[in-house]
Amino acid sequence: MSEPLIRIEGLRKSFGALVVTDDVSLDVAPGELHALIGPNGAGKTTLIHQIAGTLQPNAGRILIGGVDLSGASPAARARAGLARTFQITSIIPTLDVLGNVALAAQARSPRALRLFGRAATDEALNAQARAAIAAVGLSARAGAPAGMLSHGEKRVLEIAMALAMEPKAILLDEPMAGVGREESARIVELLLGLKGRYAMLLVEHDMEAVFSLADRISVLVYGSVIATGTPDAIRVDPAVRAAYLGDEAA
Amino acid sequence: MSAEATSAPAAAARARSRLALSTTAPLVMLALFALLPLLAIATGQTHWLSLINRIVILGIAALSLDLILGVGGLVSFGHAAFIGLGAYTAGVMVDAGRGDLLLVVPAALLVSAVFAALTGAVSLRTKGVAFIMITLAFGQMAFFFSQALYAYGGDDGLTLPERSTVAGFPILANKVTFFYVSLGFLVAAYLLVRAVAGSRFGRALQGARDNPVRVGSFGFDVFRIRLGAYVISGMLAGLSGVLLANQAEFVSPAYMAWQRSGELIFMIIIGGLGSLWGAVLGAAAFLLLEEALSGFSEHWKLGFGVLIVLFVLFTRGGLADLARRLTGGRA
Repeated sequence: MSEPLIRIEGLRKSFGALVVTDDVSLDVAPGELHALIGPNGAGKTTLIHQIAGTLQPNAGRILIGGVDLSGASPAARARAGLARTFQITSIIPTLDVLGNVALAAQARSPRALRLFGRAATDEALNAQARAAIAAVGLSARAGAPAGMLSHGEKRVLEIAMALAMEPKAILLDEPMAGVGREESARIVELLLGLKGRYAMLLVEHDMEAVFSLADRISVLVYGSVIATGTPDAIRVDPAVRAAYLGDEAA
Repeated sequence: MSAEATSAPAAAARARSRLALSTTAPLVMLALFALLPLLAIATGQTHWLSLINRIVILGIAALSLDLILGVGGLVSFGHAAFIGLGAYTAGVMVDAGRGDLLLVVPAALLVSAVFAALTGAVSLRTKGVAFIMITLAFGQMAFFFSQALYAYGGDDGLTLPERSTVAGFPILANKVTFFYVSLGFLVAAYLLVRAVAGSRFGRALQGARDNPVRVGSFGFDVFRIRLGAYVISGMLAGLSGVLLANQAEFVSPAYMAWQRSGELIFMIIIGGLGSLWGAVLGAAAFLLLEEALSGFSEHWKLGFGVLIVLFVLFTRGGLADLARRLTGGRA
């Protein structure tokens, strides 16, 4: 069996007496789309923060591509091959779409911080960026300032930035947050197209999307994983139904 | 597909027109600077020469601040310290008989770089108001240190026995030559800052201004990027200090008073943050206004304040943006 690209072992985080991550272990295999679901307040966001490196756990380990990166900075994790999208859209509004994505590609390139030569006309980076932009279907907007995009376009731009980093694994933090039905369907389509090529950990509230996309689903309740399994297994898991899904999802 | 086909030439045309303005405006400014001394001499108004020269010299300092503040979003309130460091390096070296420009400039760049690296390593750990206060504090430390240099005049400053030589030749003693040498340094500084701002490094710096978390999430070390920019910026400000000391043939702690740092910020706001050539335009506007208003009334600073408030309120992007709109470019 191949080594998982994201591996979390015995992660624990508490704020005072409140335990928000309670001995969480999970892994994402190469090419697998692993979804993380759970009711509001289950600790999904805190868990994502710990994986991305913006919050430090009290105990446990986080391995990316087999390398222990517990305690490493978000930038170090990115360099180790972990890309992410943000729950609250996070782009560089003053650069155009191409510039945003090229900057993501730049971070992985040799001489990422060269002082001379115009970055905007750097063909090596632009070609990489254009490929990522085309992959998410945003080519027509490549020259637009990123700040002028619609909310849905910005969500897709986030994914293009992640792809341009040529990552081993991608954290998708609610990629459909705040988008309409139509655009949501477009993002599901896009993620389906990426499936199998990257290890992806997806946090999402849209259950329809999660069940159509995920290879495996982990259910987080009160900081612990109460079940991990295929969508079909999770759908009928009695503990999950009791804690979270309710009867209407049956 | 069709949308891409139609938008690509339009985008290219926009990029061309932006590029055209961003090269034309600095060239027009350069031509003006190059001609003004000749005009001053032809009309016998040679006292203007020293004012224009000050504009050029402080233009270098404003330009250097624009790299970290305009492009990098780092509000340094202690930038005059670098001018002072450069000026004192020149003053002390000329005083010691080692005042050749070929020695003074590298020495001043080194001193400024070291000061920038040390103070930046501390101040860049903070952000927002804390960063402003720490840079201000370091600036004041440099100010008080220079006041304590009793061997070099302490509070009263130090009069230079002569100007720096260049490879042994006293060519800077001539006001016109000195002006053109200063202008040469400004052009070199402008080309350097412009290249850096447009480079991969500059794009990461600009990205970190707008969204440091995102830029960090790509794998960039935002702190290191900012420190690099801070050092480059400090060195250029130090260079302007060398020229300022030579032009005035005098150095004093007043060069690094915090008010001077504030004036540099004014200059680049007037000029248009991040526009680079606007910083030089801002320095010109600031010093010309100062000259005009101080001749008008001794309470000129009051009128100056009013003008700056009006200016900031009514021209968002500064003089650079105003020029762009007047020439029909995109705002």
